[in-house]
Amino acid sequence: MLQVLKSKKTRHDLVTYGLVVLAFLVVSFMQANHMIPRMIAGQLVPICAYVVMAISLNLVVGVAGDLSLGHAGFMSVGAYTGIVAAMSLSEAVPNDSVRLVIALMVGAASAALAGFLIGIPVLRLSGDYLAIVTLAFGEIIKEIVTCLIVGVDENGLHVLFNLTGKLTVDDLGLTEAGTAIIKGAQGASGTDTISTFFMGFVLVMVALVIVLNLVRSRTGRAILAVRDNRIAAESVGISTTRYRMIAFVVSAALAGAAGALFGNSFSQLSATKFDFNTSILILVFVVLGGLGNMRGSIVAATVLTILPEALRQFSDYRMLVYAIVLILVMIISNNSTIKDFVARIVPSRKSGKKEVSADA
Amino acid sequence: MPKFEFERGKMVPAPSHSIMPERDIDSTPVLEALHLGIDFGGLRALDDFNITVGKTEICGLIGPNGAGKTTVFNLLTKVYAPTRGTILLNGQDTSGKTVFQANRMGIARTFQNIRLFNTMTVEENVKIGLHNTKAYSTAAGILRLPSYWKREAEAHERAMELLSIFDMQDLAAHQAGSLPYGAQRRLEIVRALATNPSLLLLDEPAAGMNPSETVELMENIVKIRDTFNIAIMLIEHDMNLVMNICEGICVLNFGKIIAKGTPEQIQQNDAVIEAYLGKQKEA
Repeated sequence: MLQVLKSKKTRHDLVTYGLVVLAFLVVSFMQANHMIPRMIAGQLVPICAYVVMAISLNLVVGVAGDLSLGHAGFMSVGAYTGIVAAMSLSEAVPNDSVRLVIALMVGAASAALAGFLIGIPVLRLSGDYLAIVTLAFGEIIKEIVTCLIVGVDENGLHVLFNLTGKLTVDDLGLTEAGTAIIKGAQGASGTDTISTFFMGFVLVMVALVIVLNLVRSRTGRAILAVRDNRIAAESVGISTTRYRMIAFVVSAALAGAAGALFGNSFSQLSATKFDFNTSILILVFVVLGGLGNMRGSIVAATVLTILPEALRQFSDYRMLVYAIVLILVMIISNNSTIKDFVARIVPSRKSGKKEVSADA
Repeated sequence: MPKFEFERGKMVPAPSHSIMPERDIDSTPVLEALHLGIDFGGLRALDDFNITVGKTEICGLIGPNGAGKTTVFNLLTKVYAPTRGTILLNGQDTSGKTVFQANRMGIARTFQNIRLFNTMTVEENVKIGLHNTKAYSTAAGILRLPSYWKREAEAHERAMELLSIFDMQDLAAHQAGSLPYGAQRRLEIVRALATNPSLLLLDEPAAGMNPSETVELMENIVKIRDTFNIAIMLIEHDMNLVMNICEGICVLNFGKIIAKGTPEQIQQNDAVIEAYLGKQKEA
């Protein structure tokens, strides 16, 4: 095992894990002592969900090099299946944490399936075309979810597909004891908020371990090889489609789990929450944090989720300030003078050139 | 190791067998191309290309620029699907196979314009070449199961072993894109060898190398053939290299074979002199 610690990348990963654990402990301590403003306390679980989203999208955009603009679609698949799983098991599994774990797994599995099905046509493309088609699929998923009416009673699940827009919850034919979970365009309501900050932290850790271990493995090398030089990768016996698909499906699964965590943290959730803007927001986390840089993704997702809340004092100008901050960060992080200055203070940041590297 | 004598810019008049040590060449075919041809639109880029390469043969493919040499390599590695003809690799038909399937069937190549994984280290580049020979599942990689540790250790060891062919072990941690040109060419060969091929295609391996590097490369190509017992087919403009190490040479011009034979035969072939060497004289 000591041999392993000599590897620079392994040490880098362990530091990343350590930092996340440290952040969790600090926040937990602050929470226990009521040192966190209420505004932000309510954001803790969504922050975890967004961090997982950023990590998962970074796998596709940063590591595999495929620009995907429909990631919120997978999040919504995970959120809705996760909510349905958690609600329908509320009697069978009384323990909230166990139920949440099941919901996360159901969310991940169904999003992975959606990712696979969408991946078959989409991964024939690359570059701008891929971006546009994933965008379209993200919107399609949102529209489909908007049409769903789902309820549960002692006879099991009832699902209606509301294409005409005329059906209502009453058409489900639920018995007296039944509850409606998803009500079409209104979205899910009356959901038990079973997500906790601790579970969010666990999910972040799991996502990190999966993505970092994947990148450091044979599969990850193959994915990076495909990104670097597709022709060369094929010439050494690597199926480019297969490895882009693996990255896409793993990423979709993580996004699904994040969605399930997110969905089960609100009592009310509508499908419009997962529109194009959300996909772009997550892409902003990834680009701002650095392509292929998981630590950066985590920091960017956290800061940019808190920022709008922290900027409430600017009231109407809130989003303007937010946009200006984004632009400033982008300019500063790409300024060579500032980079040199940072390199002088922190010697390890000397090679600022290889921004798009495998150093996740 | 055989030492090569060479004069820069001149055809080497000595027959190659005087330089090559006597050895038994396994001429059981590893590659057979039969009536191979491809059209690009109206252009007949390659027509009626027939070649047989023996199991441990070094075969040269030469010809003026635009003769279709790289097109042959692209056909053999399935980058292009041939319009006509068949390719047999170890007796198996490769029609309908993709590039990565052709590699798994035993064909590996380097590229005329170097294609390395530039952002990765030298060792990682070789490990990517070991992708199929040191395999374990994705799940084993994520969960770091015993097979992950075992295969990764094996891959590291093998990568170092392969890099030692060109004395490149010390460069293992360097970024591939930052290597000097000659080293990049050598790394490409190592990466191709890592896939455990039975036929290695080298597309202008000596391009951009200085004379002493070229001599070293010649020695290494022969060494690779002798250690790995594989067939090597190479495209090269350096006549000194081709005439010295190839047992068989095939000359292409305008997509057609104009001559095939031993280096001595090729040097005396009128069609070759006219199409290829005659032009050199004028220049």
